[in-house]
Amino acid sequence: MTTFLWVIFPYLCLTSFVVGHYWRYRYDKFGWTTRSSQLHEDRLLRIGSPLFHFGMLGVLAGHIIGLVIPQVWTDAAGLSRHAYHVLALAAGIPAGLAAVAGLLILMYRRRMTGPVFSATTNNDKAMYAVLGAVIVLGIWNTIAGSWLQFGGEYNYRDGVSPYFRSIFTFSPQADLMAVAPLGFQMHAAFAFLLFAIWPFTRLVHVFSAPVGYLTRPYVVYRSRDVRPGAGVGTRAPNPGWERSTH
Amino acid sequence: MKVMAQMAMVMNLDKCIGCHTCSVTCKQAWTNRSGMEYVWFNNVETRPGLGYPRSYENQDEWKGGWIRKADGRITLRAGGRFRKLATIFSNPKMPSLQDYYEPWTYDYDVLLRAPAQKDFPVARPYSIISGKPMNVSWSANWDDDLGGSKEHAVKDEMLKGIEDKVRFEFEQTFMFYLPRICEHCLNPSCAASCPSGAIYKRSEDGIVLVDQERCRGWRMCISGCPYKKVYFNHKTGKAEKCTFCYPRIEVGLPTVCSETCVGRLRYIGLVLYDADQVLEAASVENDKDLYAAQRACFLDPADPAVRKAAREAGIPQDWIRAAQRSPVWKLINTYQVALPLHPEYRTLPMVWYIPPLSPVVDVIRDTGHDAEDAGNLFAAIEALRIPVEYLANLFTAGEVAPVEAVLRKLAAMRSYMRERTLGREPGPAIAEAVGMTEEDLYEMFRLLAIAKYADRYVIPPAHAEQAHALEEIATDCALDYSGGPGMGGSGPVGEGSGALTPVAVENFRMLTQRQTAESLVSGGSKKGRVNLLNWDGTGMPDGLFPDGTSAARDGKAE
Repeated sequence: MTTFLWVIFPYLCLTSFVVGHYWRYRYDKFGWTTRSSQLHEDRLLRIGSPLFHFGMLGVLAGHIIGLVIPQVWTDAAGLSRHAYHVLALAAGIPAGLAAVAGLLILMYRRRMTGPVFSATTNNDKAMYAVLGAVIVLGIWNTIAGSWLQFGGEYNYRDGVSPYFRSIFTFSPQADLMAVAPLGFQMHAAFAFLLFAIWPFTRLVHVFSAPVGYLTRPYVVYRSRDVRPGAGVGTRAPNPGWERSTH
Repeated sequence: MKVMAQMAMVMNLDKCIGCHTCSVTCKQAWTNRSGMEYVWFNNVETRPGLGYPRSYENQDEWKGGWIRKADGRITLRAGGRFRKLATIFSNPKMPSLQDYYEPWTYDYDVLLRAPAQKDFPVARPYSIISGKPMNVSWSANWDDDLGGSKEHAVKDEMLKGIEDKVRFEFEQTFMFYLPRICEHCLNPSCAASCPSGAIYKRSEDGIVLVDQERCRGWRMCISGCPYKKVYFNHKTGKAEKCTFCYPRIEVGLPTVCSETCVGRLRYIGLVLYDADQVLEAASVENDKDLYAAQRACFLDPADPAVRKAAREAGIPQDWIRAAQRSPVWKLINTYQVALPLHPEYRTLPMVWYIPPLSPVVDVIRDTGHDAEDAGNLFAAIEALRIPVEYLANLFTAGEVAPVEAVLRKLAAMRSYMRERTLGREPGPAIAEAVGMTEEDLYEMFRLLAIAKYADRYVIPPAHAEQAHALEEIATDCALDYSGGPGMGGSGPVGEGSGALTPVAVENFRMLTQRQTAESLVSGGSKKGRVNLLNWDGTGMPDGLFPDGTSAARDGKAE
């Protein structure tokens, strides 16, 4: 069971994540969008959406620091474990709460605003359920596990973090997860599930963060006739209809 | 000098009768899809009035277009790149559906199924968005023909400062129609606002398009366009806008709105311009100089130096010849009777207008004078029922002189042609009074009043050697694309996903779907309802006629 849950399942999910994105980008650029519902409802979105998104950016930064950077590095930098813990909670809890508050506002809006609800697909609902589960479990781990320390002290940087890194070195240390508290196990499992469905939901818009906007000229010119690498026409030819080079 | 060609349009407002044929044919061609119900790429506004979307010209509120900073450079009024990215999670200035209008349909089924009864059955309006019954309280042309003008037209942004010159009493009021499409600007602020770089200006003909595969639905273009001519498709989650009917233009046909215009008031042609001067022109200090500055960007296609530079820039010879014959170029430059719409937005718009003159003639006739005498006409222009200041607010950022000059030319043309028609010798005095020659006046009359099809539309087709790339005459079979023929509906990852479909195929498919659709709103269940607007007459959709096996009929048979 441990092997399935923390070796086979994660790799399946991550494969789905990577291959799914490649497939979606290759065959469904047209469906690749935020699917915004701002046209239908503005007031709640103006509060909820920035709260959620900026909160999630903070959460993402926290996860990168907590999971990717080995504990020995921060130790070497002279940051004591207690100081790290306090810092992580001080930054993580506000970010997490902002994300949860934003998510609650957005979910309320989605359900209670007629046009927004009718624009909600089953795909969206499934995604919301998994995303909500991951976030709620995450904030539970932070508050109940790390801060209030229900069920004893657990340093995830000794358990979850090395396991996470071991996935990417293709030597997964499933035992580390098997002994982690249930809250962390569930958070990780749901997170893998989220990664698995990610490419097939509206979440793909995360990967279109338009940072190129900062450097490109304001007005884009494009030729109808020739575009380097894309053949003829203002858009790339459909698969199988590329021009012959002979 | 970097010569570029721009496909541009001029509309002669004197001839617009406000019939909305352009809007309807455009809608049938481009926006009769779900998600686009509220969208009119072409709309006709009654002025004075609020327009569509409501009060879109109030840039203090909507923050569209460009603004000149203290250092002389222009920036987007809604904020530059960093500001855009910081507010990307919820666009602070996006119009809501209520600012356009909530689209609706009627439950015609009630009429079709009504039994014989004393009272007329009534088809109630249903919202296409929520599917629920609604009270219709606004639309794309709710204040058409000054309807409710005491409530709506008085709020027209362009009336600010000239309220005392405008009357809304029935006998004294004025109005004219303003058909609007995308301006296909030389300095498009929608494209500049797009974080994804999906909106681009075609370098061949200057048409501004949205790449549907690159658009990510950030919605910044919608607030960035001061004319509010980019729209959000709430089904696909992508921006869509007027395409200048590029599949038609590419094969030398005029746009659908022009082709079907009853008043024949639209002119399409090429204008050559110097792309290097665009930014400079958009950055001139005084708003009132923008009209002149934009005209200074345009290049005379008769000038040998310009022709040479154009050839070097890769513009084909027949395009240069077409630019010389372009009615748009003549109206903008030779006769100087066309003016841009809202040059103060600094986007350098490329759909220009000839301001309306007509009511002035009626006014003079009512006073007992000879209404078509040049002297009387000139004197009356300052006393127009349509105040010149109002037209100036629309077309020259408030500068009255160019509008007056245009109106005097139109009046002179009228007066001159009347003399000729009556067999008198008009003499050169009338033409000289407006700085033109008799030949010019007559040619302008031919172009504006006779307005032959071949004179109105001088559209060089895209080149045959590029034909493979053209949407409409693509050498590929129109149905041979990934996904297979006739495969409408939802892709695997939600509505509107899947590979992009050629426009013609999409329209064909959508019409087929609509003809056979049984639902009021997608997802609803109103079996047997027929949308007559989308029924092209072929076949017999379910519900067109009462059910042949209905109980009533059975009863009769017994």
